[in-house]
This record gives sequence, structure tokens and C-alpha cells, in this order.
Amino acid sequence: MSKKILVFLEQREGKIKKSSFEAVSLASKLAAENGFEKEIVTIGDAIENLTEAAKYGIESIRHFKNNDLANYSPSAYTEILSNYIKENSIDIVLFSNTSLGRDLAPRVSINSECGIIVDCTNLTALNGDFVATRPVYAGKAFIEIKLNTQRKIFTLRPNVFTAALDQKAKNANITTVVVNSPNVKTRVANFKKSEGKLDVAEAEIIVSGGRGMKGPENFKMIEELAESLNAAVGASRAVVDAGWRPHGEQVGQTGKTVSPSLYIACGISGAIQHMAGMSSAKYIVAINKDKEAPIFSIADYGIAGDLFEVVPALVTEIKKLKS
Amino acid sequence: MKIAVCVSHVPDTATKIKINSEGKSIDPIGVTFVVNPYDEYAIEEALKTKEKFGGEVFAISVGGEANKETIRKALAMGADNGILLKDNNERDSFAVAKALAEEIKLIGCELVFMGKQSVDYDNSITGQLTAEMLGYSCITTVVDLEIDNQKVIAEREIEGGREVVESELPVVITAQKGLNEPRYASLKGIMAAKKKVIEEKPAFSVENVSEIIKMYSPPAKNPGRILGTDSSAVPELVRLLREEAKVI
Ligand SMILES: Cc1cc2nc3c(=O)[nH]c(=O)nc-3n(C[C@H](O)[C@H](O)[C@H](O)COP(=O)(O)OP(=O)(O)OC[C@H]3O[C@@H](n4cnc5c(N)ncnc54)[C@H](O)[C@@H]3O)c2cc1C
Ligand SMILES: Nc1ncnc2c1ncn2[C@@H]1O[C@H](COP(=O)(O)O)[C@@H](O)[C@H]1O
Repeated sequence: MSKKILVFLEQREGKIKKSSFEAVSLASKLAAENGFEKEIVTIGDAIENLTEAAKYGIESIRHFKNNDLANYSPSAYTEILSNYIKENSIDIVLFSNTSLGRDLAPRVSINSECGIIVDCTNLTALNGDFVATRPVYAGKAFIEIKLNTQRKIFTLRPNVFTAALDQKAKNANITTVVVNSPNVKTRVANFKKSEGKLDVAEAEIIVSGGRGMKGPENFKMIEELAESLNAAVGASRAVVDAGWRPHGEQVGQTGKTVSPSLYIACGISGAIQHMAGMSSAKYIVAINKDKEAPIFSIADYGIAGDLFEVVPALVTEIKKLKS
Repeated sequence: MKIAVCVSHVPDTATKIKINSEGKSIDPIGVTFVVNPYDEYAIEEALKTKEKFGGEVFAISVGGEANKETIRKALAMGADNGILLKDNNERDSFAVAKALAEEIKLIGCELVFMGKQSVDYDNSITGQLTAEMLGYSCITTVVDLEIDNQKVIAEREIEGGREVVESELPVVITAQKGLNEPRYASLKGIMAAKKKVIEEKPAFSVENVSEIIKMYSPPAKNPGRILGTDSSAVPELVRLLREEAKVI
């Protein structure tokens, strides 16, 4: 019998996240190469972009639905998914390694007797076995790792796998399963949005400022550059500790780990703990007046000058380009 | 109330990582080990909770003899008891969680604090695994916590904001930076901790579920180009980002 691979689609505020489609795409690829059957499950109330999953090569989706499931409930989501995995003899489950995925996947692993590997940046099937690659020590090393359990869960680092459209894709067949009185013993009662528009963990481009910014008022410049690039604002720990920026923006070993396509570091020295969080960015730009600053050792492009002169010029140049 | 705080013993974040000759783990020679940074928030929250409701704090670590240093740090900060669940072999999160869950059950802790992540393997799952093994509720990456009777209300940090989560005791809380300001151990605390006996027993015997095939250093990145020393380099930078990197 062929193996079954299941993808969990994560929704927030009724919209499936882009990183879930990355997982769908990987499942399609693994299924095509190894003859696995694919299945998709999502949990929530009304979901607006559910049919989009079809574009990545999935024909059928099971949607567990209830009012009380609109927001995340660790207890209810765990129960629904674990039961599904056991009842349908699923072999492999893919989650996106978002804050929800990271919270939920380990709970499901215990209740459905799966082994788990989180934060994978690569996953290959080899003679019936699965080998995952993932960063450890905040990206200072990588491991190749496998599971000895029958059932396996992998969570995938967002922005690493591409959500590739499937040319032969058909329409998705959506089955709605109404859940009666879900177990919401633990549940999200409320979501407080932070004022920033984009989160560093989800942004394609990040503009970060460090102590070289000299003061919180100068982050206007960073915000302006970010806005011109449709980017998120990030920060070093030095400026978060100083209270210039909120902790949610901290990039690094004790902040967020990010892999955007472009990371622009302004007035950041490049301490090992900072680089740990952003070294996997596809392109890195450093603006720092000290040409010996360690950040230049991992930057693709650098300007060794005064950020107060360079950043405004960069804003002007980008605006020119976009207009 | 019996409160557990689980602490891991990890390389200092400033450490450069060297891979050992077997190529499956790091070479610990010359590496300074410290209390996992997130566990300091967990310890602080455990102590604050005890100060509020009364009770006893148990600092528990799974690992080798060296982990006693980290347990001792928790004792110096104010934990009442230290327990080393000994295993000299490397355990994965599943096996660590199993050992922790068995001990927590034995002591009868209804409140468990952990860090959101151990900065060695960066798994961020031990709290959730332990909670499910115990049948406890669990709230992760917590930056604000209120406990009132059997009810728990916590705020957890997620992408783009904070979730307010409601739950019940018994519960496992994993601490994120911002939850509190960890206290410094006082001289008196440090002296007292030296005298305390750390209880030592073999960790519950269980197999790892995962197996590391190899560990390696990330491919070295070629340092890039310094394009200039002032804003005259900006047009070239934008051109490269557009035409070479194709990211804007
Ligand atoms: C346990 C632990 C965890 C940590 N976790 C993190 C983490 O998650 N993230 C993190 O970022 N750090 C972390 N750190 C802190 C880290 O070690 C550094 O202290 C911090 O990253 C430094 O921030 P910075 O680069 O903004 O400041 P600095 O190191 O002070 O660098 C400022 C830079 O700005 C440049 N500069 C000054 N003026 C100008 C100007 N006018 N124009 C251009 N450049 C200018 C300077 O040349 C300098 O390179 C951690 C530390 C510890 C101990
Ligand atoms: N060996 C260990 N002994 C005790 N607690 C641990 C151990 N490993 C991890 N933990 C706890 O679990 C949290 C998360 O670790 P991890 O899931 O490994 O990232 C840590 O912050 C600790 O509180």
C-alpha cells in the first residue's frame, strides 16, 4: 500500500497562510516522486482562499469547521488532527514551522504516536526513509536527521520551500466536516495586533536598525525605507534592550530567526547572536561606518559609510525606481 | 503549590561551534556552558509565582554531571530543590520530555515552567511534549501571565502580535523574553545554594525517536563587495539588487 502524506493548512483570520502552500507544494513533489497519496486538512470557521490549494496540486481538502475553531485552540486542534491521523493511518504529516505550527505539531506527535522533527530546511525521501536537514545552534551548524518511528511529523521553515504551481492542477474538492462541541479547554480568546504592519518572521524584505541609529527617533528613516520596499522593520537586541523598539522586532538568537530574500542591516555590528538569526537571508546588505564590522563578512553588498547620509539617499533612489 | 522549572545546560550564545571528529555533535572542548537564556525567565516566573501563592520550587535538569552547575544557578536564584535526572548519553526532546514528565508526575507539580527554546538544538518543543505526556494544558512563548485559582490567562508572542490564551491548571508554561526581568542571585543565595544537596537519579529509561545522521558547518559565505563609503554608492547598490540579486 502506498504511503499517505498529510498537510495541515494553517489559517489565521480566515485566510490560509502562504507558508502552508509551500508545504502543499513539497507534499506534491514527494508524492509524485514516491507514489504517496496526499491529503489535506484544515481547521477553522469560514476560510476564504481554501480553493487556492488546488493550484499547488491538491484535489481534495477536508475542512473541520466550527465557530469555536476560528481562533486557534491547542486542545481542540490537537484532538481533531490526532484523531484524523490515527483513523486514516497517515504516515507523514507536514506543518509549516510558524508559531502555530511549532506549538501544535509536538502536541499532535504525542497523541498520534508520531516522531517529530521541527524547522526543516530540506526533506527528502530515500528508500522509504525520510532525511530532514535543519539548522541547529541558531544556524551555526546543520544536521541531517531521521526518525525511527513508523509515523513522522516534519515542520518546515517558512520561505525556504517554494510554493510551485502545478500545471495539471484540477479544482479542489472540499469536504466540510462540522465539529460538534470541540474541546476548547485551551483557546485563544483574543488577538492583539501589534502596530507594525508586517512581521519580520513573514516578510520577504527586512530593514533592520541597530545601535548605530543613535536613538529611537531616527528609526523614522528605517520605517521609511521599509515602507518604500514593502518590508518589515527589524532590530538588534541592543536597541530592543534600550527600549527603542519592541521585542517582536528583534532578530537573532534570542529574537526571531528570519530567512527573507533581502536583509538590510543599518548600524548593526554583526554580533554572532545577531547573525545567527539572519545569516540564512538570501541577500544581505550592510550599511556601517566601520569597514571592519563583522556584518560585512556575511554581507553580499556593503556601504562602509555613515548611515545618516546613506539611508536617506537609498530611500530616494528606491522611490525613484518605484515611481 | 508545587512548581517545577526545567532547565537546560547549553553552550554560551557567543560560542563558535566546532563539530567533533565523529561529525554528529559539537566538540565541547573550550566551550563555556550556561543556563539556557530562556530558562532564566522560567526560573524567575517560578519564583514569583511561589512568592505569590506559597509553595516549593523544584529545579529539574536532564543530562550529565555538568548540568548540576545550571541547577545550582537556579538554587542560587531561590529554587528550593534541585534534581538531576542523569543520563550521559545525548537525548532528543522526546526522551528529555519523557524523563521530565515522569519526575513531574512523581513530585506532583501542577505548574511547570520551561524556556520557550533551548539554544542548542533550538527545538522549542519540550514543553508541549511534556504537557501532552502528562495530560496538562500548555501555553508556549508566554510574555505575560496571570494565574487566578484554577484559571490561567497568558499572552503569547506570535507573528504580528500577541494571542491571549485562556486555560486551566495543571499547566506547562514556556517563557519568552519579556515575561519578566530575571533576578540576580544574591551572595546569600549563592552561599546557600552551595550547601544544598542536588538529588541525583537515573533519568527514566526510554529510546530516542530521532537519530542524527551527521552534523556539519554551514557552507562558508564569500564576503561580498563593499561598493563605496558614502551615498555615491547607492545607485550601484540599487542596480545590483535589481539586476543581479533580483530581490527588489
Ligand atoms: C545571551 C545573549 C543573546 C543575545 N541575543 C541577541 C539577539 O537575538 N539579537 C541581537 O541582535 N543581539 C543579541 N545579543 C547581543 C549581541 O551580542 C550584540 O550586543 C548586539 O547584537 C549588538 O547590537 P548592535 O549591532 O545594534 O550594536 P553595536 O554592536 O553597538 O553596533 C553598532 C554598530 O553601528 C555602527 N555605527 C555607529 N554609528 C554609525 C553611523 N552613523 N553610520 C553607520 N554605522 C554606524 C558601528 O560601527 C557599530 O558597528 C545577545 C547577547 C547575549 C549575551
Ligand atoms: N535536558 C533538559 N533538562 C531539563 N529541561 C530541558 C532540557 N532540555 C530542554 N529543557 C526545557 O525545555 C525547554 C525547551 O527546550 P527545547 O524544546 O529543547 O528547545 C528549555 O527551555 C528547558 O526549559
